[in-house]
Amino acid sequence: MNLNMVQAINQALAQALAADERVVLLGEDIGPDGGVFRATEGLSERFGTDRVMDTPLAESGLVGAAIGMAALGLKPVAEIQFLGFIYPAFNQIVSHAARLRNRTRGRFGAPIVIRTPYGAGVGALEHHSESTEALFCQIPGLTVVVPSSPVEAKGLLLASIRSEDPVLFLEPTRLYRAGKEEVPEAAYEIPLRRARIVRPGADLTILAWGAMIPISLQAAEEAAAAGHSAEVIDLRTLSPMDEEAVLASVRKTGRALIVHEAPRAFGAGAEIAALLAESALLHLKAPVLRVTAPDITVPLAKSEAAYYVDAGRIGAGITRLMEF
Amino acid sequence: MLTDAFDAARGERVGILDPDGRVLRPDLLPALTPDDLRRVLALMILTREADRKALLLQRQGRLGTFASSLGHEACQVGSAFGLRAEDWAFPYFRDMGLYLTVGYPLATYYHYWMGNEAGFRTPDGLNLFPFAIPVASQIPQAVGAALAAKHLGKPLAVLTTFGDGATSEGDFHEGLNFAGVHRAPVVFVCYNNQWAISTPISRQTASASIAQKAAAYGFPGLAVDGNDVLAMIAAVREALDRARSGGGPTLIEAFTYRMSHHTTSDDASRYRSREEVETWERRDPLARFRAYLAAQGYWDQDFEGRLGAETGARIEAAVAEAEKTPPASLEDLFVFTYKEIPARLAAQLAERKMQLGGAR
Ligand SMILES: Cc1ncc(C[n+]2csc(CCOP(=O)(O)OP(=O)(O)O)c2C)c(N)n1
Repeated sequence: MNLNMVQAINQALAQALAADERVVLLGEDIGPDGGVFRATEGLSERFGTDRVMDTPLAESGLVGAAIGMAALGLKPVAEIQFLGFIYPAFNQIVSHAARLRNRTRGRFGAPIVIRTPYGAGVGALEHHSESTEALFCQIPGLTVVVPSSPVEAKGLLLASIRSEDPVLFLEPTRLYRAGKEEVPEAAYEIPLRRARIVRPGADLTILAWGAMIPISLQAAEEAAAAGHSAEVIDLRTLSPMDEEAVLASVRKTGRALIVHEAPRAFGAGAEIAALLAESALLHLKAPVLRVTAPDITVPLAKSEAAYYVDAGRIGAGITRLMEF
Repeated sequence: MLTDAFDAARGERVGILDPDGRVLRPDLLPALTPDDLRRVLALMILTREADRKALLLQRQGRLGTFASSLGHEACQVGSAFGLRAEDWAFPYFRDMGLYLTVGYPLATYYHYWMGNEAGFRTPDGLNLFPFAIPVASQIPQAVGAALAAKHLGKPLAVLTTFGDGATSEGDFHEGLNFAGVHRAPVVFVCYNNQWAISTPISRQTASASIAQKAAAYGFPGLAVDGNDVLAMIAAVREALDRARSGGGPTLIEAFTYRMSHHTTSDDASRYRSREEVETWERRDPLARFRAYLAAQGYWDQDFEGRLGAETGARIEAAVAEAEKTPPASLEDLFVFTYKEIPARLAAQLAERKMQLGGAR
């Protein structure tokens, strides 16, 4: 069926609820309202309000409750309305979900999924556009997943729900309704911790995720006209990262362009650059380059374009790498 | 003391006017001059009309996502009316009436919702924090400001406002507990408009009222008819006075209704009934107050006409000003990150300028 990302997520959730009665959804407005982006539309009607639970407006409460539910064998999928509102739950995620396995020497885990929209590019209100994935990537025990298309979203979400570890599942708001693609009807999983080559190439590697994938592809197509063959890698799971895939590609092409929409300093790009410096230095024909947002607060809608990464900036990065 | 006379735990709610504007409790009428009363009406009308204008501009694509205050005019203007210049306010995102009452420029308010950073700048001299979008996060800050005032020996009060949904957040409980323990001079006003996006109050709390939660923190709580501006003024004034005179915090629950959608991105008809909305339309805070003023001889069609014209002109001028203000410059987006711009950020700014070809 031709689905956009929100519909693909909705289908994945419905199939997970239908397949396994331990799966429960909880979050603000996810019931009859179907969530502010309609990702849970129709699910409370179909599976009941005990399994698709509207919670009070309390992020720490709902993530903490999810951890407790998991302890008794449920598989909670919590929705946080926007990544910008996850911080009240930060303590539960970082201090508890992520380290429960360690703190119990393997006796308990916290197999919960926290889904949340994130990222800029839609001219949203203050606090609705940040990309703070790096904050979570540094937390041992947490898996951070970012889909880049409807097909990816469905398979990665089903795999996340099956995961025995806590997963932060970041859904790029910009891609929610950006386009439809043919999504297999049956349930399927895309393994976590494995990057994919979206577009093969020989001269340089673009490393990206989420909403940066379509524009990286666009930039790669434009670069092809100039004779530059760019390989585009979608990291999919940011942490733990598929280091082998990153290294294999860059060892092959000799050039790396990291694209992320988060601010540059201390971002996920810095981690990738360090990895390349440590393990692929002698394969590099040019310095590793990052195309990112500047280190400023995401501006309000009218000025967002000055902040946001676009295909033109990626293209300029490609040129710089190739002309080094 | 209203807090002694009305027991929120028993479901008692302060009201002075009935829905037709007749005086139910003359003994509770706040001391207001005829000019004060007319100013209150003018502010309520301005709030409503400026709000309607914002909704219209949003539909025309001239303003972004907007959180309407329709129906909140009495509780917003009523809460802010008792503030003095030295007091402080820590509002939340749905509080246009508070902004306008303390003298915030309407054009600046529009700027924010138009997505222009110019809307971030609180005018000098106004003790007003930018409204918080993350729910409940302003509440502990207000408590801190109140404790600082106490510490510095300043006899002022701090007001913070929030919705009923906010009372589920940890910040609400931590803030109120902190305030109770330290007897902070702070007034918490909850606009209980029955809904937090699609979540009705019954799914938000199992308490019979928000106001009674104050008892658990050791200070008075008072439930008020939030569509009765005189009741709001009387209750909040009393609470602000208690705060200023060392009597500690108060929680006020303004019982009201969100007449519009949650925001312009929301469709409230998905989760609430037409009948419910109509019930509340009959409790319109403006109609009620107008009727009261007319009965007192302070209002007539002539006055309304003049007020309408003034309000309309003021709103049009604000829109024109807001629309002619260009969006923030590139520098402007960078320089307020730190007091002094770090070298690497300055370099990023220079790089970005080059990329944008000096166009901005
Ligand atoms: C911490 C946090 N979580 C979620 C949101 C998204 N959100 C914005 S407003 C809102 C409902 C707020 O309801 P309430 O506090 O009752 O105020 P009202 O909107 O009714 O005036 C929600 C869930 C947010 N802004 N902040």
